[in-house]
Amino acid sequence: MTLQHSLQQKSVVAASAQRVSAMMLRHWYLLRSSWPRLLDLIYWPTVQMVTWGFLQYYIASNAGFFARAGGTFIGAVLLWDILFRGQLGFSISFLEEMYSRNLGNIMMSPLRPFEFIISLMVISVVRLSIGAVPVTFLAIAFFGFNLYGFGLALVAFFFNLMLTSWAIGIFVSGLILRNGMGAENLAWSVMFLLMPLACVYYPVATLPDWLQPVAWLLPPTYVFEGMRTLVIDKVFRPDLMIDALALNAILFAAGVFGFLQLLQSARRRGSLMQSGE
Amino acid sequence: MPQLPPIAVNRLVKIYQTVPAVDGISFTLAPGSITALLGGNGAGKTTTIASIMGLITPTSGRVTVLGAEMPRQRYHVLHRMNFESPYVEVPMRLTVRQNLTVFGKLYGVEGLRERIAELGHELNLTDLLDRPTNNLSAGQKTRVSLAKALVNNPDVLLLDEPTASLDPDTADWVRGHLERYCREHHATLLLASHNMTEVERLCERVIILKRGRIEDDDTPANLLRRYGRRTLEEVFLDVVRSNGGESREAAQ
Repeated sequence: MTLQHSLQQKSVVAASAQRVSAMMLRHWYLLRSSWPRLLDLIYWPTVQMVTWGFLQYYIASNAGFFARAGGTFIGAVLLWDILFRGQLGFSISFLEEMYSRNLGNIMMSPLRPFEFIISLMVISVVRLSIGAVPVTFLAIAFFGFNLYGFGLALVAFFFNLMLTSWAIGIFVSGLILRNGMGAENLAWSVMFLLMPLACVYYPVATLPDWLQPVAWLLPPTYVFEGMRTLVIDKVFRPDLMIDALALNAILFAAGVFGFLQLLQSARRRGSLMQSGE
Repeated sequence: MPQLPPIAVNRLVKIYQTVPAVDGISFTLAPGSITALLGGNGAGKTTTIASIMGLITPTSGRVTVLGAEMPRQRYHVLHRMNFESPYVEVPMRLTVRQNLTVFGKLYGVEGLRERIAELGHELNLTDLLDRPTNNLSAGQKTRVSLAKALVNNPDVLLLDEPTASLDPDTADWVRGHLERYCREHHATLLLASHNMTEVERLCERVIILKRGRIEDDDTPANLLRRYGRRTLEEVFLDVVRSNGGESREAAQ
Protein backbone atom coordinates (compact mmCIF):
# COMPACT_ATOMS: atom_id res chain seq x y z
CA MET A 1 0.00 0.00 0.00
CA THR A 2 1.47 3.38 -0.96
CA LEU A 3 1.77 6.26 1.48
CA GLN A 4 -0.65 8.29 -0.64
CA HIS A 5 -3.27 5.52 -0.56
CA SER A 6 -2.87 5.17 3.19
CA LEU A 7 -3.31 8.93 3.68
CA GLN A 8 -6.39 8.87 1.45
CA GLN A 9 -7.87 6.05 3.52
CA LYS A 10 -7.23 8.02 6.71
CA SER A 11 -8.90 11.11 5.33
CA VAL A 12 -11.92 9.04 4.23
CA VAL A 13 -12.24 7.64 7.75
CA ALA A 14 -11.78 11.10 9.29
CA ALA A 15 -14.49 12.58 7.02
CA SER A 16 -16.79 9.71 7.91
CA ALA A 17 -16.17 10.23 11.63
CA GLN A 18 -16.86 13.94 11.23
CA ARG A 19 -20.24 13.24 9.64
CA VAL A 20 -21.16 10.81 12.42
CA SER A 21 -20.11 13.39 15.02
CA ALA A 22 -22.20 16.04 13.22
CA MET A 23 -25.32 13.89 13.63
CA MET A 24 -24.48 13.22 17.27
CA LEU A 25 -24.01 16.94 17.79
CA ARG A 26 -27.39 17.61 16.16
CA HIS A 27 -29.15 15.32 18.65
CA TRP A 28 -27.13 16.57 21.58
CA TYR A 29 -28.20 20.15 20.75
CA LEU A 30 -31.78 18.93 20.54
CA LEU A 31 -31.70 17.17 23.91
CA ARG A 32 -29.99 20.16 25.54
CA SER A 33 -32.62 22.53 24.21
CA SER A 34 -35.63 20.62 25.53
CA TRP A 35 -36.15 19.72 29.20
CA PRO A 36 -39.40 17.80 28.44
CA ARG A 37 -37.36 15.46 26.24
CA LEU A 38 -34.86 14.92 29.04
CA LEU A 39 -37.64 14.37 31.58
CA ASP A 40 -39.29 11.87 29.27
CA LEU A 41 -36.08 9.84 29.14
CA ILE A 42 -36.08 9.27 32.89
CA TYR A 43 -39.80 9.34 33.71
CA TRP A 44 -41.00 5.90 32.52
CA PRO A 45 -37.94 3.91 33.62
CA THR A 46 -38.40 5.35 37.11
CA VAL A 47 -42.13 4.60 37.23
CA GLN A 48 -41.52 1.04 35.98
CA MET A 49 -38.74 0.34 38.42
CA VAL A 50 -40.65 1.68 41.44
CA THR A 51 -43.85 -0.24 40.55
CA TRP A 52 -42.11 -3.56 39.99
CA GLY A 53 -39.81 -2.95 42.93
CA PHE A 54 -42.76 -2.72 45.34
CA LEU A 55 -44.38 -5.78 43.73
CA GLN A 56 -41.17 -7.68 44.25
CA TYR A 57 -41.10 -6.52 47.87
CA TYR A 58 -44.62 -7.75 48.44
CA ILE A 59 -44.11 -11.17 46.81
CA ALA A 60 -40.76 -11.72 48.50
CA SER A 61 -42.40 -11.32 51.91
CA ASN A 62 -45.14 -13.85 51.07
CA ALA A 63 -43.48 -16.68 49.18
CA GLY A 64 -40.41 -18.70 49.93
CA PHE A 65 -39.25 -19.17 46.35
CA PHE A 66 -39.44 -15.49 45.57
CA ALA A 67 -37.61 -14.68 48.78
CA ARG A 68 -34.72 -16.67 47.28
CA ALA A 69 -35.26 -15.13 43.90
CA GLY A 70 -35.02 -11.62 45.31
CA GLY A 71 -34.11 -9.13 42.61
CA THR A 72 -35.31 -11.02 39.55
CA PHE A 73 -38.19 -8.62 38.96
CA ILE A 74 -36.21 -5.44 39.41
CA GLY A 75 -33.35 -6.99 37.45
CA ALA A 76 -35.80 -7.92 34.69
CA VAL A 77 -37.31 -4.43 34.68
CA LEU A 78 -33.92 -2.76 34.43
CA LEU A 79 -32.71 -5.10 31.68
CA TRP A 80 -36.02 -4.80 29.83
CA ASP A 81 -35.58 -1.04 29.95
CA ILE A 82 -32.17 -1.39 28.32
CA LEU A 83 -33.78 -3.38 25.52
CA PHE A 84 -36.88 -1.22 25.13
CA ARG A 85 -35.27 2.19 25.69
CA GLY A 86 -32.33 1.24 23.48
CA GLN A 87 -34.67 0.58 20.56
CA LEU A 88 -36.82 3.60 21.39
CA GLY A 89 -33.72 5.81 21.64
CA PHE A 90 -32.73 4.72 18.16
CA SER A 91 -36.18 4.97 16.60
CA ILE A 92 -37.13 8.27 18.25
CA SER A 93 -33.87 9.88 17.18
CA PHE A 94 -34.76 8.79 13.65
CA LEU A 95 -38.35 10.04 14.07
CA GLU A 96 -37.01 13.44 15.22
CA GLU A 97 -35.73 13.89 11.65
CA MET A 98 -39.21 13.14 10.33
CA TYR A 99 -40.94 15.37 12.89
CA SER A 100 -38.64 18.27 12.01
CA ARG A 101 -38.95 17.63 8.22
CA ASN A 102 -35.18 17.36 8.13
CA LEU A 103 -34.89 13.92 6.53
CA GLY A 104 -34.55 15.36 3.01
CA ASN A 105 -31.64 17.49 4.19
CA ILE A 106 -29.97 14.44 5.75
CA MET A 107 -30.56 12.22 2.74
CA MET A 108 -29.27 14.89 0.37
CA SER A 109 -26.13 15.44 2.47
CA PRO A 110 -22.96 13.35 2.06
CA LEU A 111 -23.95 11.30 5.15
CA ARG A 112 -23.87 7.61 4.21
CA PRO A 113 -26.60 5.22 5.44
CA PHE A 114 -24.11 3.31 7.61
CA GLU A 115 -22.93 6.60 9.16
CA PHE A 116 -26.54 7.53 9.85
CA ILE A 117 -27.04 4.14 11.53
CA ILE A 118 -23.85 4.44 13.61
CA SER A 119 -24.78 7.93 14.78
CA LEU A 120 -28.26 6.77 15.81
CA MET A 121 -26.72 3.82 17.67
CA VAL A 122 -24.45 6.11 19.66
CA ILE A 123 -27.29 8.55 20.33
CA SER A 124 -29.47 5.69 21.59
CA VAL A 125 -26.76 4.80 24.13
CA VAL A 126 -26.57 8.45 25.23
CA ARG A 127 -30.36 8.67 25.60
CA LEU A 128 -30.44 5.35 27.44
CA SER A 129 -27.67 6.44 29.79
CA ILE A 130 -29.49 9.65 30.65
CA GLY A 131 -32.65 7.69 31.46
CA ALA A 132 -31.42 4.41 32.89
CA VAL A 133 -28.30 5.21 34.91
CA PRO A 134 -30.09 7.41 37.50
CA VAL A 135 -32.80 4.72 37.80
CA THR A 136 -30.22 2.05 38.63
CA PHE A 137 -29.05 4.24 41.50
CA LEU A 138 -32.65 4.71 42.64
CA ALA A 139 -33.01 0.90 42.63
CA ILE A 140 -30.06 0.69 45.02
CA ALA A 141 -31.49 3.45 47.24
CA PHE A 142 -35.12 2.21 47.31
CA PHE A 143 -34.83 -1.56 47.12
CA GLY A 144 -31.17 -2.36 47.79
CA PHE A 145 -30.89 -3.86 44.29
CA ASN A 146 -27.48 -3.22 42.77
CA LEU A 147 -27.48 -3.93 39.04
CA TYR A 148 -23.75 -3.24 38.96
CA GLY A 149 -23.35 -6.19 41.34
CA PHE A 150 -23.73 -8.38 38.23
CA GLY A 151 -20.18 -7.32 37.37
CA LEU A 152 -18.90 -8.50 34.00
CA ALA A 153 -22.14 -10.37 33.38
CA LEU A 154 -23.85 -6.98 33.15
CA VAL A 155 -21.51 -6.05 30.29
CA ALA A 156 -22.57 -9.21 28.42
CA PHE A 157 -26.25 -8.61 29.19
CA PHE A 158 -26.01 -4.95 28.14
CA PHE A 159 -24.14 -5.62 24.91
CA ASN A 160 -26.52 -8.35 23.82
CA LEU A 161 -29.62 -6.33 24.64
CA MET A 162 -28.28 -3.27 22.84
CA LEU A 163 -27.51 -5.32 19.74
CA THR A 164 -31.09 -6.60 19.66
CA SER A 165 -32.50 -3.11 20.28
CA TRP A 166 -30.37 -1.64 17.47
CA ALA A 167 -31.30 -4.42 15.03
CA ILE A 168 -35.00 -3.83 15.62
CA GLY A 169 -34.58 -0.02 15.72
CA ILE A 170 -32.75 -0.07 12.38
CA PHE A 171 -35.43 -2.20 10.73
CA VAL A 172 -38.30 -0.13 12.14
CA SER A 173 -36.59 3.07 10.94
CA GLY A 174 -36.40 1.53 7.48
CA LEU A 175 -40.14 0.79 7.61
CA ILE A 176 -40.87 4.40 8.59
CA LEU A 177 -38.57 5.66 5.86
CA ARG A 178 -40.37 3.53 3.30
CA ASN A 179 -43.96 3.95 4.53
CA GLY A 180 -43.94 7.38 6.16
CA MET A 181 -45.33 8.41 9.52
CA GLY A 182 -48.16 5.89 9.17
CA ALA A 183 -45.62 3.35 10.46
CA GLU A 184 -44.66 5.51 13.46
CA ASN A 185 -46.62 3.39 15.95
CA LEU A 186 -44.33 0.46 15.21
CA ALA A 187 -41.49 2.38 16.84
CA TRP A 188 -43.41 2.43 20.12
CA SER A 189 -45.00 -0.98 20.04
CA VAL A 190 -42.81 -3.47 18.19
CA MET A 191 -40.73 -4.39 21.23
CA PHE A 192 -43.83 -5.39 23.18
CA LEU A 193 -44.34 -8.16 20.65
CA LEU A 194 -41.10 -9.64 21.96
CA MET A 195 -41.96 -9.21 25.63
CA PRO A 196 -44.02 -12.37 26.21
CA LEU A 197 -41.76 -14.53 24.04
CA ALA A 198 -38.46 -13.21 25.43
CA CYS A 199 -39.62 -14.37 28.88
CA VAL A 200 -38.71 -11.13 30.60
CA TYR A 201 -40.44 -11.86 33.93
CA TYR A 202 -40.71 -15.68 33.92
CA PRO A 203 -38.56 -18.67 32.90
CA VAL A 204 -38.80 -20.13 29.40
CA ALA A 205 -40.15 -23.35 30.98
CA THR A 206 -43.35 -21.42 31.76
CA LEU A 207 -44.23 -21.28 28.06
CA PRO A 208 -46.07 -24.17 26.36
CA ASP A 209 -43.67 -26.74 24.90
CA TRP A 210 -44.44 -25.77 21.29
CA LEU A 211 -43.66 -22.10 21.96
CA GLN A 212 -40.35 -22.62 23.72
CA PRO A 213 -38.29 -23.16 20.52
CA VAL A 214 -39.68 -19.84 19.24
CA ALA A 215 -38.59 -18.11 22.45
CA TRP A 216 -35.09 -19.54 22.04
CA LEU A 217 -34.85 -17.89 18.63
CA LEU A 218 -34.85 -14.48 20.34
CA PRO A 219 -31.52 -13.23 21.73
CA PRO A 220 -33.08 -11.41 24.73
CA THR A 221 -34.50 -14.73 25.99
CA TYR A 222 -30.93 -15.87 26.68
CA VAL A 223 -30.18 -12.65 28.56
CA PHE A 224 -33.24 -12.81 30.82
CA GLU A 225 -32.71 -16.51 31.44
CA GLY A 226 -29.05 -15.78 32.21
CA MET A 227 -30.02 -12.99 34.59
CA ARG A 228 -32.37 -15.31 36.53
CA THR A 229 -29.69 -18.00 36.73
CA LEU A 230 -27.28 -15.42 38.07
CA VAL A 231 -29.68 -13.99 40.64
CA ILE A 232 -31.27 -17.25 41.81
CA ASP A 233 -28.46 -19.81 41.43
CA LYS A 234 -25.54 -17.34 41.58
CA VAL A 235 -24.16 -18.86 38.39
CA PHE A 236 -23.13 -16.95 35.27
CA ARG A 237 -23.80 -18.89 32.05
CA PRO A 238 -21.38 -17.66 29.34
CA ASP A 239 -22.84 -20.26 26.92
CA LEU A 240 -26.16 -18.41 26.99
CA MET A 241 -24.40 -15.13 26.17
CA ILE A 242 -22.48 -16.69 23.27
CA ASP A 243 -25.71 -18.14 21.84
CA ALA A 244 -27.36 -14.72 22.21
CA LEU A 245 -24.42 -13.05 20.50
CA ALA A 246 -24.59 -15.46 17.55
CA LEU A 247 -28.33 -14.84 17.13
CA ASN A 248 -27.77 -11.10 17.53
CA ALA A 249 -25.19 -11.12 14.76
CA ILE A 250 -27.81 -12.64 12.43
CA LEU A 251 -30.54 -10.29 13.64
CA PHE A 252 -28.33 -7.21 13.31
CA ALA A 253 -27.23 -8.16 9.79
CA ALA A 254 -30.89 -8.77 8.88
CA GLY A 255 -31.87 -5.37 10.37
CA VAL A 256 -29.21 -3.51 8.36
CA PHE A 257 -30.03 -5.45 5.20
CA GLY A 258 -33.74 -4.71 5.67
CA PHE A 259 -33.00 -1.00 6.23
CA LEU A 260 -30.94 -0.77 3.04
CA GLN A 261 -33.62 -2.57 1.03
CA LEU A 262 -36.32 -0.29 2.42
CA LEU A 263 -34.16 2.77 1.71
CA GLN A 264 -33.79 1.62 -1.87
CA SER A 265 -37.53 1.07 -2.09
CA ALA A 266 -38.11 4.58 -0.64
CA ARG A 267 -35.92 5.98 -3.42
CA ARG A 268 -38.01 4.15 -5.98
CA ARG A 269 -41.27 5.35 -4.41
CA GLY A 270 -40.01 8.90 -3.99
CA SER A 271 -40.87 8.97 -0.29
CA LEU A 272 -37.57 10.43 0.95
CA MET A 273 -38.75 14.01 0.65
CA GLN A 274 -42.06 13.37 2.32
CA SER A 275 -42.59 13.42 6.05
CA GLY A 276 -46.32 12.73 6.23
CA GLU A 277 -48.25 9.48 6.09
CA MET B 1 -10.61 18.07 -22.31
CA PRO B 2 -14.20 19.36 -22.53
CA GLN B 3 -15.78 20.30 -19.22
CA LEU B 4 -18.45 17.88 -17.99
CA PRO B 5 -21.92 19.42 -17.83
CA PRO B 6 -22.84 20.10 -14.19
CA ILE B 7 -26.27 18.55 -14.79
CA ALA B 8 -27.23 16.24 -17.64
CA VAL B 9 -30.66 14.65 -17.79
CA ASN B 10 -31.12 12.09 -20.54
CA ARG B 11 -34.54 10.59 -21.36
CA LEU B 12 -35.53 10.62 -17.70
CA VAL B 13 -38.69 8.70 -16.91
CA LYS B 14 -40.20 8.33 -13.47
CA ILE B 15 -43.40 6.37 -13.05
CA TYR B 16 -45.10 6.13 -9.66
CA GLN B 17 -47.03 2.86 -9.81
CA THR B 18 -48.75 3.55 -13.15
CA VAL B 19 -48.64 7.35 -13.18
CA PRO B 20 -45.78 8.93 -15.13
CA ALA B 21 -44.53 11.95 -13.16
CA VAL B 22 -41.70 12.60 -15.62
CA ASP B 23 -41.97 11.25 -19.12
CA GLY B 24 -38.72 11.12 -21.07
CA ILE B 25 -37.20 14.55 -20.50
CA SER B 26 -33.67 15.50 -21.57
CA PHE B 27 -31.65 18.65 -20.93
CA THR B 28 -28.11 19.68 -20.13
CA LEU B 29 -27.08 22.69 -18.08
CA ALA B 30 -23.95 24.69 -18.84
CA PRO B 31 -21.45 25.45 -16.07
CA GLY B 32 -22.24 28.70 -14.27
CA SER B 33 -25.71 28.96 -15.82
CA ILE B 34 -28.93 29.86 -14.05
CA THR B 35 -31.94 27.92 -15.36
CA ALA B 36 -35.58 27.94 -14.31
CA LEU B 37 -37.74 24.86 -14.26
CA LEU B 38 -41.33 26.00 -14.68
CA GLY B 39 -44.56 24.12 -14.69
CA GLY B 40 -47.93 23.90 -13.04
CA ASN B 41 -48.62 21.69 -10.04
CA GLY B 42 -47.89 18.06 -10.89
CA ALA B 43 -45.86 18.98 -13.96
CA GLY B 44 -42.87 17.01 -12.67
CA LYS B 45 -40.59 19.77 -11.33
CA THR B 46 -40.08 18.28 -7.86
CA THR B 47 -39.57 14.78 -9.26
CA THR B 48 -36.99 16.13 -11.72
CA ILE B 49 -35.14 18.01 -8.96
CA ALA B 50 -35.34 15.01 -6.60
CA SER B 51 -33.90 12.79 -9.36
CA ILE B 52 -31.03 15.22 -9.84
CA MET B 53 -30.41 15.17 -6.09
CA GLY B 54 -30.37 11.37 -6.08
CA LEU B 55 -33.38 11.13 -3.80
CA ILE B 56 -35.34 9.21 -6.42
CA THR B 57 -34.31 6.27 -8.56
CA PRO B 58 -35.45 6.89 -12.15
CA THR B 59 -37.68 4.30 -13.79
CA SER B 60 -35.46 4.71 -16.85
CA GLY B 61 -33.09 7.24 -18.32
CA ARG B 62 -29.97 8.74 -16.86
CA VAL B 63 -29.15 11.71 -14.66
CA THR B 64 -25.56 12.81 -14.11
CA VAL B 65 -24.33 15.57 -11.84
CA LEU B 66 -20.74 16.76 -12.25
CA GLY B 67 -20.10 13.52 -14.12
CA ALA B 68 -21.52 11.22 -11.44
CA GLU B 69 -24.54 9.07 -12.21
CA MET B 70 -27.39 9.66 -9.80
CA PRO B 71 -28.32 8.05 -7.48
CA ARG B 72 -25.70 5.30 -7.92
CA GLN B 73 -22.61 7.50 -7.64
CA ARG B 74 -24.17 10.26 -5.55
CA TYR B 75 -21.54 10.17 -2.80
CA HIS B 76 -18.89 11.25 -5.32
CA VAL B 77 -20.61 14.62 -5.70
CA LEU B 78 -23.06 15.30 -2.88
CA HIS B 79 -20.46 17.40 -1.03
CA ARG B 80 -20.35 19.70 -4.09
CA MET B 81 -24.13 20.13 -4.29
CA ASN B 82 -26.78 21.60 -2.06
CA PHE B 83 -30.45 22.47 -2.16
CA GLU B 84 -33.31 24.31 -0.59
CA SER B 85 -36.91 23.21 -0.80
CA PRO B 86 -40.17 24.08 0.93
CA TYR B 87 -40.61 20.31 1.48
CA VAL B 88 -37.80 20.23 4.01
CA GLU B 89 -36.75 22.40 6.93
CA VAL B 90 -33.73 22.69 9.15
CA PRO B 91 -34.38 21.52 12.74
CA MET B 92 -36.34 24.32 14.37
CA ARG B 93 -35.24 23.79 17.97
CA LEU B 94 -31.59 24.32 17.11
CA THR B 95 -30.15 27.80 16.90
CA VAL B 96 -29.09 29.11 13.52
CA ARG B 97 -25.43 28.65 14.44
CA GLN B 98 -26.02 25.08 15.65
CA ASN B 99 -27.83 24.21 12.41
CA LEU B 100 -25.07 25.67 10.27
CA THR B 101 -22.46 23.89 12.39
CA VAL B 102 -24.19 20.53 11.96
CA PHE B 103 -24.64 20.92 8.20
CA GLY B 104 -21.17 22.40 7.79
CA LYS B 105 -19.71 19.31 9.44
CA LEU B 106 -21.91 16.99 7.38
CA TYR B 107 -20.59 18.64 4.22
CA GLY B 108 -17.00 18.62 5.50
CA VAL B 109 -16.63 22.40 5.35
CA GLU B 110 -13.18 23.61 6.35
CA GLY B 111 -12.87 26.79 8.42
CA LEU B 112 -16.48 26.34 9.46
CA ARG B 113 -16.51 29.04 12.11
CA GLU B 114 -15.35 31.63 9.58
CA ARG B 115 -17.79 30.31 6.97
CA ILE B 116 -20.72 30.68 9.38
CA ALA B 117 -19.65 34.24 10.22
CA GLU B 118 -19.35 34.97 6.50
CA LEU B 119 -22.84 33.56 5.78
CA GLY B 120 -24.22 35.49 8.74
CA HIS B 121 -22.81 38.66 7.25
CA GLU B 122 -23.84 37.93 3.66
CA LEU B 123 -27.39 36.84 4.47
CA ASN B 124 -27.94 39.38 7.22
CA LEU B 125 -28.17 36.69 9.89
CA THR B 126 -25.36 37.79 12.22
CA ASP B 127 -27.72 39.02 14.96
CA LEU B 128 -29.84 35.89 14.64
CA LEU B 129 -27.09 33.27 14.79
CA ASP B 130 -27.68 32.37 18.43
CA ARG B 131 -31.47 32.40 18.31
CA PRO B 132 -33.52 29.19 18.00
CA THR B 133 -34.60 28.87 14.37
CA ASN B 134 -38.18 28.37 15.54
CA ASN B 135 -38.27 31.91 16.94
CA LEU B 136 -37.54 33.52 13.57
CA SER B 137 -39.99 35.01 11.10
CA ALA B 138 -40.86 33.12 7.90
CA GLY B 139 -38.53 35.34 5.89
CA GLN B 140 -35.67 34.88 8.34
CA LYS B 141 -36.19 31.10 8.24
CA THR B 142 -35.96 31.19 4.45
CA ARG B 143 -32.64 33.02 4.77
CA VAL B 144 -31.44 30.34 7.22
CA SER B 145 -32.40 27.61 4.73
CA LEU B 146 -30.51 29.52 2.07
CA ALA B 147 -27.48 29.78 4.38
CA LYS B 148 -27.67 26.00 4.86
CA ALA B 149 -27.83 25.58 1.07
CA LEU B 150 -24.72 27.72 0.62
CA VAL B 151 -22.71 26.49 3.61
CA ASN B 152 -20.48 24.23 1.47
CA ASN B 153 -20.03 26.72 -1.39
CA PRO B 154 -21.78 24.30 -3.76
CA ASP B 155 -20.90 24.03 -7.46
CA VAL B 156 -24.45 22.89 -8.18
CA LEU B 157 -27.34 24.52 -6.37
CA LEU B 158 -30.95 23.35 -6.62
CA LEU B 159 -33.57 25.70 -5.30
CA ASP B 160 -37.29 25.12 -5.05
CA GLU B 161 -39.21 28.38 -4.52
CA PRO B 162 -36.27 30.13 -2.82
CA THR B 163 -38.06 33.42 -2.20
CA ALA B 164 -41.48 32.13 -1.17
CA SER B 165 -42.71 33.91 1.96
CA LEU B 166 -40.18 36.73 1.61
CA ASP B 167 -41.31 40.34 1.34
CA PRO B 168 -40.53 41.94 -2.06
CA ASP B 169 -37.53 43.85 -0.74
CA THR B 170 -35.90 40.82 0.92
CA ALA B 171 -36.80 38.61 -2.06
CA ASP B 172 -35.08 41.03 -4.40
CA TRP B 173 -32.06 41.13 -2.11
CA VAL B 174 -31.89 37.30 -2.02
CA ARG B 175 -32.08 37.16 -5.83
CA GLY B 176 -29.21 39.61 -6.00
CA HIS B 177 -27.24 37.45 -3.59
CA LEU B 178 -27.88 34.28 -5.60
CA GLU B 179 -26.88 36.02 -8.82
CA ARG B 180 -23.66 37.25 -7.21
CA TYR B 181 -22.93 33.83 -5.72
CA CYS B 182 -23.30 32.05 -9.07
CA ARG B 183 -21.18 34.64 -10.85
CA GLU B 184 -18.38 34.62 -8.27
CA HIS B 185 -18.28 30.83 -7.78
CA HIS B 186 -19.17 29.90 -11.35
CA ALA B 187 -21.90 27.78 -9.76
CA THR B 188 -24.76 26.22 -11.71
CA LEU B 189 -28.22 27.01 -10.41
CA LEU B 190 -31.42 25.17 -11.24
CA LEU B 191 -34.43 26.94 -9.89
CA ALA B 192 -38.04 25.81 -9.61
CA SER B 193 -40.28 28.79 -9.12
CA HIS B 194 -43.76 30.11 -9.70
CA ASN B 195 -42.51 33.65 -9.37
CA MET B 196 -42.10 34.86 -12.94
CA THR B 197 -40.46 38.13 -11.91
CA GLU B 198 -37.82 36.04 -10.21
CA VAL B 199 -37.35 33.88 -13.28
CA GLU B 200 -37.07 36.89 -15.61
CA ARG B 201 -34.62 38.58 -13.30
CA LEU B 202 -32.37 35.58 -12.59
CA CYS B 203 -32.54 33.04 -15.36
CA GLU B 204 -30.87 32.94 -18.72
CA ARG B 205 -32.82 29.82 -19.69
CA VAL B 206 -36.32 28.54 -18.96
CA ILE B 207 -37.46 24.94 -19.21
CA ILE B 208 -41.24 24.60 -19.10
CA LEU B 209 -42.65 21.25 -18.02
CA LYS B 210 -46.16 20.04 -18.56
CA ARG B 211 -47.50 16.61 -17.60
CA GLY B 212 -43.96 15.34 -17.15
CA ARG B 213 -42.69 16.48 -20.55
CA ILE B 214 -40.66 19.46 -21.69
CA GLU B 215 -43.12 21.78 -23.38
CA ASP B 216 -40.61 24.49 -24.19
CA ASP B 217 -36.98 25.34 -23.53
CA ASP B 218 -35.47 28.69 -24.42
CA THR B 219 -34.17 32.01 -23.12
CA PRO B 220 -36.78 34.28 -21.50
CA ALA B 221 -36.38 36.82 -24.34
CA ASN B 222 -36.93 34.20 -27.04
CA LEU B 223 -39.96 32.79 -25.25
CA LEU B 224 -41.53 36.26 -25.03
CA ARG B 225 -40.83 36.86 -28.70
CA ARG B 226 -42.05 33.50 -29.92
CA TYR B 227 -45.27 33.54 -27.90
CA GLY B 228 -45.82 37.21 -28.67
CA ARG B 229 -46.25 38.03 -24.99
CA ARG B 230 -44.97 40.81 -22.76
CA THR B 231 -44.32 38.78 -19.61
CA LEU B 232 -43.22 35.26 -18.78
CA GLU B 233 -46.37 34.87 -16.71
CA GLU B 234 -48.42 35.23 -19.89
CA VAL B 235 -46.21 32.68 -21.64
CA PHE B 236 -46.58 30.33 -18.66
CA LEU B 237 -50.38 30.66 -18.77
CA ASP B 238 -50.40 30.04 -22.52
CA VAL B 239 -48.48 26.83 -21.99
CA VAL B 240 -50.31 25.41 -18.99
CA ARG B 241 -53.80 26.27 -20.26
CA SER B 242 -53.42 24.91 -23.75
CA ASN B 243 -52.88 21.37 -24.89
CA GLY B 244 -49.35 20.56 -26.03
CA GLY B 245 -49.97 21.00 -29.76
CA GLU B 246 -51.64 24.39 -29.36
CA SER B 247 -48.87 25.89 -27.25
CA ARG B 248 -46.18 24.66 -29.63
CA GLU B 249 -48.12 26.10 -32.57
CA ALA B 250 -48.51 29.39 -30.71
CA ALA B 251 -44.80 29.44 -30.02
CA GLN B 252 -43.99 28.86 -33.67
